[in-house]
Amino acid sequence: MALDKIQVKYVAKLSRIELAEDNLDNFTSQLDKILNYMEKLNQLDTSEASASIHVLELKNVFRKDENKTSLPNEEALQNAPKKETGQFEVPKII
Amino acid sequence: MDIVNKTAIELLELLEKGEITSWEIASAYLKRIESSDAKINAFVHLDPEQVLKKIKTLPEGKLKGLPIAIKDNLCVKNQLTTCASKILNGFRPPYDATVIEKLEQAGALVLGKVNMDEFAFGSSCETSCYGPTHNPWNTECAPGGSSGGSAASVAAQFTPWALGSDTGGSIRQPASLCGVVGLKPTYGRVSRYGLIAFASSLDQIGPLTHDVRDAALLLNIIAGYDKKDSTSVNIETPDYLANLNENIKGLKIGLPKEYFDVDSNPEVKQSIQQVIEILKSLGAQFKEISLPHTEYAVATYYIIAPSEASSNLARFDGVQYGLRTDNKLDKESPLIDMYLKTRGEGFGPEAKRRVILGTYALSSGYYDAYYLKALKVRTKISQDFKDAFKNVDCIITPTSPTGAFKLGERINDPLAMYLSDIFTISANLAGIPALSIPCGLTAEKLPIGLQVLGKSFDEQTLFNVAYAYQQNTDWHKKKAEI
Amino acid sequence: MQYETVIGLEVHVQMDTQSKAFCGCSTLFGQPANTQTCPVCLGLPGVLPVLNEKFLQYAIKVALALNCKVSNYLKFDRKHYYYPDLPKNYQISQYDMPLAEHGYLEIETENSTAKKIRVLRAHMEEDAGKLIHTSQSSLVDYNRTGMCLLEIVTEPDISSAHEAYDYLTRLKSILEYLEVSDCDMEKGSLRCDANISLRPVGETKLGVKTELKNMNSFKGVRDALEYEVIRQEKALNAGELIVQETRLWDENKQKTFTMRTKEEAHDYRYFPEPDLPPFTIEDKTIETVRKELPELPAVKKERLVSEYKITEYDANVISADKYIALYFEEAAKEYKSPKTIANWLMGDIMNYIHNNQLESKKLAEILPVKYLIEMLELIDNNTISGKIAKKILPDMFTSGNTATQIITEKNLVQISDTSQIETIVDEVIQEHASVAEDFRNGTDKALMFLVGQVMKKTRGKANPQIVNDILRKKLGTT
Repeated sequence: MALDKIQVKYVAKLSRIELAEDNLDNFTSQLDKILNYMEKLNQLDTSEASASIHVLELKNVFRKDENKTSLPNEEALQNAPKKETGQFEVPKII
Repeated sequence: MDIVNKTAIELLELLEKGEITSWEIASAYLKRIESSDAKINAFVHLDPEQVLKKIKTLPEGKLKGLPIAIKDNLCVKNQLTTCASKILNGFRPPYDATVIEKLEQAGALVLGKVNMDEFAFGSSCETSCYGPTHNPWNTECAPGGSSGGSAASVAAQFTPWALGSDTGGSIRQPASLCGVVGLKPTYGRVSRYGLIAFASSLDQIGPLTHDVRDAALLLNIIAGYDKKDSTSVNIETPDYLANLNENIKGLKIGLPKEYFDVDSNPEVKQSIQQVIEILKSLGAQFKEISLPHTEYAVATYYIIAPSEASSNLARFDGVQYGLRTDNKLDKESPLIDMYLKTRGEGFGPEAKRRVILGTYALSSGYYDAYYLKALKVRTKISQDFKDAFKNVDCIITPTSPTGAFKLGERINDPLAMYLSDIFTISANLAGIPALSIPCGLTAEKLPIGLQVLGKSFDEQTLFNVAYAYQQNTDWHKKKAEI
Repeated sequence: MQYETVIGLEVHVQMDTQSKAFCGCSTLFGQPANTQTCPVCLGLPGVLPVLNEKFLQYAIKVALALNCKVSNYLKFDRKHYYYPDLPKNYQISQYDMPLAEHGYLEIETENSTAKKIRVLRAHMEEDAGKLIHTSQSSLVDYNRTGMCLLEIVTEPDISSAHEAYDYLTRLKSILEYLEVSDCDMEKGSLRCDANISLRPVGETKLGVKTELKNMNSFKGVRDALEYEVIRQEKALNAGELIVQETRLWDENKQKTFTMRTKEEAHDYRYFPEPDLPPFTIEDKTIETVRKELPELPAVKKERLVSEYKITEYDANVISADKYIALYFEEAAKEYKSPKTIANWLMGDIMNYIHNNQLESKKLAEILPVKYLIEMLELIDNNTISGKIAKKILPDMFTSGNTATQIITEKNLVQISDTSQIETIVDEVIQEHASVAEDFRNGTDKALMFLVGQVMKKTRGKANPQIVNDILRKKLGTT
């Protein structure tokens, strides 16, 4: 068993996703099945291989230290679920 | 005049000659959508009035007001862009994706947004919060995914062409299942700025069209270096359309045995054989090659892609845009609860699965075993292609092991769904370009697709092979009857 | 039981670039909320970062000034955590391959001995936004999001609050010399967190550490550390265990207190940033930057002592500020007594600058070196007294006039004409005959009174030495 319910709950919390309790078993078994399939990779010896973080051979991409026009406040906030005095409003952080 | 059955280039020629106006073209498509999209469900955001109004304000350009459908994960300024997810409900980005800017500068008309799997997670367009899109060839079947709406809208003749995105086959597989042409360009060929990211190292935007010439033209428009995208490559974009060459004499085409060993549908196998015969008659030479690490591609992809996705989707939290939970929040920690509930309510099951899978793979103690390991296998998969391309100019495979499957058939078995990407996934891992073109129909009249894989930045060879094929066959002219 | 203190400091420095780390938004401080944001720094869906070349250039300068080894290969990583001031819920930072490592900064301990504080690493990252809390909710301003930050982490080599304070002032000095940051803790362009633990003297193993946050000034850092040393010592002596936790410094109450929220161990899920290709920094680039570094405070200090023969103390004060040091040298080259220049700079001039919130950078402009020297020469040739010079200095700053112009205008030329003084001395002796008598009879301090009276009558302009001499002569005690 690659993954159990407790681990799933923990990872869900880490991902900030509330999972419905009644779906947890099904979910866990699906994830478990998927992860078991991933074990396939352990059949392969990769000790000599380098990790491909990027698929391109690009390097040294920069921009100049110049100013570009920013968004006006109204546009920056145009999708805000809650806003107040030009700022985004969230529940009080204690 | 039948407008909707024409290719983009045919319509442009008519516009050039003055035999038709862009208003007439847009109206024809809108009328067809109105009468027939209820059974297809390709479009998710469409404002016919706005579209017709927009025609008057379009700049002069080579695309002369020709409409195009846009996958709902591409940002169009101030228009609904939701990735078919509840969590982006109501989101109107204050900016255009670079490809949209390029299209608009060329005079294109954004017709509307088309359906997709939520956040591009899927191969069937069934995870959308707007309900599935139906395959125009058989509405009980899935159109493929995640660019299901893009492929279906072209196949159903709701638009001459569309843009989609491809992370593991999301343009090619639906193109194959819907009998249209779909291209995933080389990674870095087209700017990703404004494409709502799924997997940053795998995503590319690409065209879905009726034929290869249209695909070449559309790639001309959207390709090119973008200084807003650090992963876009600063090299010249060739004129793919002008350089189309149907002479493929002497072209060396590889047939990877690992792809042909897979238990594909016999009709698919037969179809591909017929393609090989035709291309041989046109002078191409075939070689059996090996891509030895093919069997590890799906596992590699399904670690890298969800890992990057879990990171890219972390931003959806109800703070700045989209859904914010209406439910009462925990008094002790209301903020954390807001995150938990918003994301719990906003993400569909497949999105939740991938985010949790990805978070797990990146988490402390598992990073080396999963993510790092997958990156190393990726190197080997890329190397397989580099080695193969020393001896061949391009590679041919089926796009999908089967024709379109029924809606509901695979949705409850995620792993089975993942395995349907078996032929398309490697191209994303290696970053190479890949094109899917229609090459047959099953006995049930469901399209079969041929995939051509090429060297990095050699989209021209793919187009040439496909063009040669299309000049000598007419599968790409067959239309779905809806 | 005797305990020794072990401190490590983590300093975040905002680089003074025109634009942010990954987008072109302005970096001006104090602008209205959410007016310096764009899709990129807001982390809107679909956006991508592009690195500001100046950010890297500045970062390399700092790394070299701190004697670090600069890496030839640079990559960025994503650091994940959920917080409203972090729009993407990950920060683009550097994890396992920082820009620079293994450097040091030399400080002075309480005993005035030199000590190397090792710099473990310096890495580049983007800043988060600002949260303010009202009674009902919390509000987010993303203007600061995406600004260029350099995080500098020391090894736990610091042994006292004093040393920590010295480290910070010297670090600030270096950063100001490099002109890469305005190092203003009040504006948040320099922030400091501290880690502190105690252990029995001679013990090599580290004790349990607490992390201190929310110090808003160098003094705050020092006070917080001093408080924490006492708190931990008390606890340990009482047999209590130190809890590994984060504590906040309360400037008003002058104590640290534990953060209420339960600490979850952070799993940042670092992985390489796929949207940014790597960067290579060639050795010759590094050497070019190294060669172009200005003379740094420590080296300048030594040179001022040896070249100008001023004291270590004076050199320390002067070299702390790049522009004061430049001013000093320019002046000292033109004037016979560097010590005098030093005194004026460290005293009246720097006081004026601080009291009027002027930038030391502007000093040479508002008080040209040659004006200062002219003023000193007026004192030297007895045209004015030192006291008068002090008086007119503010005028010189505000009016931009020379000392000569001012004393002429205000009629402050020192009176050295003996006959003029004699007349006034006679007047004073007459008016204060009894005091004069006291002096004649041996009360020395009576003379001071009489001198004062002469000075009063001359509105301070009489040459005090001459007044003194004439009085003594007239009262028959020369």
